[in-house]
Amino acid sequence: MAYSDKLLDHFKNPRNVGTLDKNAETVGTGLVGAPECGDVMRLQIQVDPETQKITDAKFKTFGCGSAIASSSLATEWLKGKSVDEALAIDNMAIVEELALPPVKIHCSVLAEDAIKSAIKDYQEKNGITVTVPADAHH
Amino acid sequence: MGQRLIYLDNNATTPTDPRVVETMIPYFYENPGNAASRNHPFGWVAEEAVDTARQQIADLINVDPREIIFTSGATESDNLALKGVFEMYSRKGNHIITAKTEHKAVLDACKKIEKDGGEVTYLDVDREGLINLEELEAAIKDNTILVSIMWANNETGVIQPMKEIGEICAKHGVLFMSDATQAVGKIPVDPKELGIHLMAFTSHKMYGPKGVGALFVNRKNPRVKVTSQMDGGGHERGMRSGTLNVPGIVGFGKAAAIAKEQMHEDAARLSKLRDKLEAALLENLEEAYVNGSVEHRMPHVTNISFKHVEGEGLMMTFNQNIALSSGSACTSASLEPSYVLVALGLGDDLAHSSLRFSLGRFTTEEDIDETIKRVTEGVNHMRDLSPIWEMYKEGVDLDAVEWSEH
Repeated sequence: MAYSDKLLDHFKNPRNVGTLDKNAETVGTGLVGAPECGDVMRLQIQVDPETQKITDAKFKTFGCGSAIASSSLATEWLKGKSVDEALAIDNMAIVEELALPPVKIHCSVLAEDAIKSAIKDYQEKNGITVTVPADAHH
Repeated sequence: MGQRLIYLDNNATTPTDPRVVETMIPYFYENPGNAASRNHPFGWVAEEAVDTARQQIADLINVDPREIIFTSGATESDNLALKGVFEMYSRKGNHIITAKTEHKAVLDACKKIEKDGGEVTYLDVDREGLINLEELEAAIKDNTILVSIMWANNETGVIQPMKEIGEICAKHGVLFMSDATQAVGKIPVDPKELGIHLMAFTSHKMYGPKGVGALFVNRKNPRVKVTSQMDGGGHERGMRSGTLNVPGIVGFGKAAAIAKEQMHEDAARLSKLRDKLEAALLENLEEAYVNGSVEHRMPHVTNISFKHVEGEGLMMTFNQNIALSSGSACTSASLEPSYVLVALGLGDDLAHSSLRFSLGRFTTEEDIDETIKRVTEGVNHMRDLSPIWEMYKEGVDLDAVEWSEH
């Protein structure tokens, strides 16, 4: 199948690859997926406790090109957003931006889950009321 | 891109040898006859061309030309053999034995047979991809009519102990069928010597055209018959109706003649290149494992898992230039990783991490050198991106992690 130029760009030049200190108070980590399923995403956010804005985001992903591109795009979108704005990111926006084919929609779902899971981790760590809906995809 | 393309997916299909193409061309326009037209020169020429090809194919596998039934390909040959035997020998029994690593053409035909009242035993394979001969013998019952075991596996290249299987079948008086699609034309294949009664194979895996295959059906001691699955003009001794694909058959014949001449030379050259590729990748990259037996294996195939890297993603790092296959789910719509590798006992994670390299007659040393370089770079790149590689490197026990299945 042919992939979109945007997807290929994110795959070849992934943004924000790396690792934040998962023990830091200001860092939230989401680790979703499973090696047996062929995708694992780890997405981390750094939050400014004063403003509740995401100042940095990093990812590492084990998976196909669509999974890597979805998580790269997610980190790009997260930077500069408030936690509330980040929670509003919908997987279908990722599908649209990268023109993911139907068999790859699960990659965008995983990216949305990773965002929510990272926010939840940050909120729990800091004793903030968790605002991530419990009915997130899994 | 601008770079030349490297084709290492010869188990999917081989390029048609230019010598084969040349032989086929006169049979499209100049000699357009139907081989079944007995009353004019067009038909005679076509029939003669088919006879020549049938002889060339029979010579390659050392059988009588009357034992070759032309079909549209190996999938049809597998279906004809399995369903045809199941129907023809229904009075004798309804039990078929096969293996879990067979091609879908065999497994799905067996599933259909089960729906139609048949009973099928699917043998396990060991870590090497080989069936256990004692288990095979123990599975044979009074109502067993057929054992169907592939000669060489399409994903791993693993070659089953055909001679020993033939002896067990002979001892118990059951028919022995083999899907030899990946073996014919690449290694010596002599079904009669090994007690094989039916054998499916195809032209496009041995540098012939697509759309033409064959089923060998043993004619004497025992005389084997299959119920036709296609009704019509009674071509191919009543076992497969339908106008013969004359240009395709001519090409198949030529491909067989070339294979007979060149097979040993090709195999010797390709096994050297394959070994070079495999050794270099295992040397360059830690946590890389060859899947399946390295001792009982086709000379042109290697299947390697690169731990903590997902196969399709890895392929995307070089697939503008290098064509090969992965056992990863993501290459298909199913999302399940290769059932063949899972049957070998690989975890789903290692199955997702596999690449199949299948070399061919037109593979050069330059291709292999470039592939070594690009795959090494690709694996390193993907590992830099891989959270589980990072965790593995930090000494995290990945089996102890509670993953969120999705």
